[in-house]
Amino acid sequence: MKLEEVKEILNAQVIVAPEDMQMEIKMACGCDLMSDVLAFTKEESLLLTGLTNLQVVRTAEIANIKALVFVRGKEPDRETIALAMEKKIPVLLTDLPMYEACGRLYRRGLPGCSEAEEGSGAAGGR
Amino acid sequence: MLLVGDKPCFEQSFEITGGDFINAGEVSSKIKKILQEMGVANRIIRRAAIVTYEAEMNVVWYARKGVLTLCVTPELLHIKVKDEGEGIADIELALQEGYSTAPPEIRELGFGAGMGLPNIKKNADEFKISSVVGQGTELDIIIRR
Repeated sequence: MKLEEVKEILNAQVIVAPEDMQMEIKMACGCDLMSDVLAFTKEESLLLTGLTNLQVVRTAEIANIKALVFVRGKEPDRETIALAMEKKIPVLLTDLPMYEACGRLYRRGLPGCSEAEEGSGAAGGR
Repeated sequence: MLLVGDKPCFEQSFEITGGDFINAGEVSSKIKKILQEMGVANRIIRRAAIVTYEAEMNVVWYARKGVLTLCVTPELLHIKVKDEGEGIADIELALQEGYSTAPPEIRELGFGAGMGLPNIKKNADEFKISSVVGQGTELDIIIRR
């Protein structure tokens, strides 16, 4: 699924724009516990979360999360947005609650981390 | 520094400041970049980044200060984290998934769910921990390339 489709399905607003909205999203994870993101996500996942602090962006960087979606309409503060821009991690914002945001993407065929193949594993990344 | 036979081709130490929530994670971010520049495989970088990030967060929350030393050889990554802090009374308990002594402010950041040390251990090929209550904690981690 393209990030552009994620945006449409979630009626989301783009807070930090990626270089290309056509970037491919292969899997997603919905989680508010950052240690669980580190433990259970695979590389290049989309992360849906209700936390909007700096640590979410740091965690996304460390875990090679491809893009962030903040749910429940929670707007991140300026520092969080600035860090996401610096780390080149795209951020979307949706008013949908976590369950519905995840459900809509899943219904449209975006698999979860435990169901999808690991990312390419090639050198480079972010 | 404990090494398994071969000489380091790279070694660098990073200071971590206890209580600095704003920059917490910056050391791990630097290490990730260094490993990328060295051409280390992505799956190894991800494991190393998770290890250093969880360890860095532990120092920020529970210690006054700490030093993380990264040593890279053609065969392995050696990560050592030594802090001056409150230490861990029961290491066996701290290694159990879900066990945590974290206060609410750490939980509000999305951590403190008792996954830090288990996550470090899970991503390490070799893992050693020692701690003295009231003095500090030392982690010794090896990840094979």
